[in-house]
Amino acid sequence: MYFKLSEEQELLRKTVRDFAEEEVAPKAAEMDEKEEFDWTLWDKMAEMGLTGIPFSDEYSGAGMDNVSYAIAVEELSRVCASTGVAISAHTSLGAWPIYYFGTEEQKQKYLAPMAEGTKIGALGLTEPSAGSDAGAVKTTAVLEGDEYILNGTKIFITNGYYGDVYVVIASTDKSKSHRGTAAFIVEKGTPGFTFGKKEHKLGIRASATYELVFENCRVPKENLLGLDGQGFKIALGTLDGGRIGIAAQALGIAQGALDQAVAYSKIREQFNQPISKFQGLQWMMADMATRIEAARLLVYKAAWMKDNGLPYGKEAAMAKLFASECAMWVTTKAVQIFGGYGYTREYPVERMMRDAKITEIYEGTSEVQRIVIAANLLK
Amino acid sequence: MKIVVCLKQTFDTEAKIVINADGQIERKGVSLIMNPYDEFAVEEGLKLKGKDGEVTVVTATGPEGQDALRQALAMGADKAILVDPGRADIDEFTTATILAKAIAGLEYDLIIGGFRAIDDGSAQVAGRVAEILGLPVVNVVTKLEVADGKAVATREIEGGSEVIEVPLPAVITAQKGLNEPRYPSMKGIMQAKKKPMQKTTAAELGLDEAALAPKVKALSFTLPSARAAGRLVPGEAPEAARELARLLREEAKII
Repeated sequence: MYFKLSEEQELLRKTVRDFAEEEVAPKAAEMDEKEEFDWTLWDKMAEMGLTGIPFSDEYSGAGMDNVSYAIAVEELSRVCASTGVAISAHTSLGAWPIYYFGTEEQKQKYLAPMAEGTKIGALGLTEPSAGSDAGAVKTTAVLEGDEYILNGTKIFITNGYYGDVYVVIASTDKSKSHRGTAAFIVEKGTPGFTFGKKEHKLGIRASATYELVFENCRVPKENLLGLDGQGFKIALGTLDGGRIGIAAQALGIAQGALDQAVAYSKIREQFNQPISKFQGLQWMMADMATRIEAARLLVYKAAWMKDNGLPYGKEAAMAKLFASECAMWVTTKAVQIFGGYGYTREYPVERMMRDAKITEIYEGTSEVQRIVIAANLLK
Repeated sequence: MKIVVCLKQTFDTEAKIVINADGQIERKGVSLIMNPYDEFAVEEGLKLKGKDGEVTVVTATGPEGQDALRQALAMGADKAILVDPGRADIDEFTTATILAKAIAGLEYDLIIGGFRAIDDGSAQVAGRVAEILGLPVVNVVTKLEVADGKAVATREIEGGSEVIEVPLPAVITAQKGLNEPRYPSMKGIMQAKKKPMQKTTAAELGLDEAALAPKVKALSFTLPSARAAGRLVPGEAPEAARELARLLREEAKII
């Protein structure tokens, strides 16, 4: 066992924390209020290479490991969960499936500009009646000559509208259920590909969540990702990795809320002393810190297993389950420590509490994580 | 252009300063950063070095200083040199003696440093390095242009600014406003570990005890007295403003 981060990982954490505190934190409340992401932040993150952390140099990535990627998402989410998920959805959901399943041509054409951050990535999986049940997708893809023709609607797509490259899961043969699915790389601007409504959400309000609409959208055959029939496999494999990203996001939200609560408890006075002197709050903060540390170990371990070529589906599910429930619990306590002020938008903890909730839902609800973990136990 | 940047690792600006039982500033458990003025110096070096140029960063400190050097390498510097003084009681004279000795063995067109460090704030080291090396020095620079073997530097003076021209090589000290330091890039962080970092000691550079003996000695340290609590002036705005003006004039005596 060796629990020390490498020199590079430490420097990455310091760098991303400095960037997050200096550039992102001052904008977080306003972006939440306006339900709009400030895309100048994206350009700055692209310049720093935060848009291609775990991809190799040959595809313009930073060539860092998944532990580093998790740390970066954690540090961004510590001040702004919407910024964290913009990077996480782009990297884990949009770029990773191309990195892992794509042909050399697809990687050069799509992955390299995504890693550079000049193109933003997203995954089109969820539909009104399909999400974690990836085999139930109703969007269809029919091969006609050299093109697949896509029809259907995707919902709740993170980085929708602003995204340039979408990995879209569609059914090519209804009779084969999940074995009759395929993944396609679809560019924004392809005729027949438009955007539906923008979702107005409880939390991560600066993150763009849109409907994708495909009406006789013609996608060149060479944009088939992997093989026809692999759509379900690609979707689940992508979600396994995506869960590490969301777990890291949840971890960051929780850490941010604890840091806020600790600082506030030292300056807020009641009964002639800082509220940090009350044992009731000390124990609350001790429990918050302990759960966060446990979450951190699960997240980093899942990332480490991925880096070391070990099966990590169960560990990623555990990390996502525990870190997201930790984030919800910790942010609720943080609001409690702030009292009435915590309930107002004068302080960031109410935003963190709203942001935390989604981590228990997207990329598989907590219930789905338990199904994944149990399936691994009982196989 | 070959540029040498002198840098120092300092306490984090948010670090809580504690005087320990020996009357010294406690260094244990304090997070360290690159002196922010030295970040301006590194950035300026990177901007000026040009295609075939080279930036070498130098520090005179114990092994802990390599974190700041690594950060400079990740920002884009090419080489780093860490010289361990081998003693704790160093002053500005000692530090400058070591840095000048290390730099004397290098090729350089320009030496840049922060105009002061945020910890002891003595603003002496870069000037002393210039003196030892027999170079011109321009302090507190907010704008720098280098061409044709000359540097044109704009520096702050009381009530305005002054533009100075010096022949190269020269020593320039950086003030806030000179530039906006970049964040290390992820690729930069990965490349930093492959870049050369030379670790040496003052003794290995040929500096003996006598050459390094500090000229000044700090006798004691005290913390500033705690800031008094603020005061609220109650009442309706017009009366409160009148009362505030009276307090500022008669009690605080600042207007």
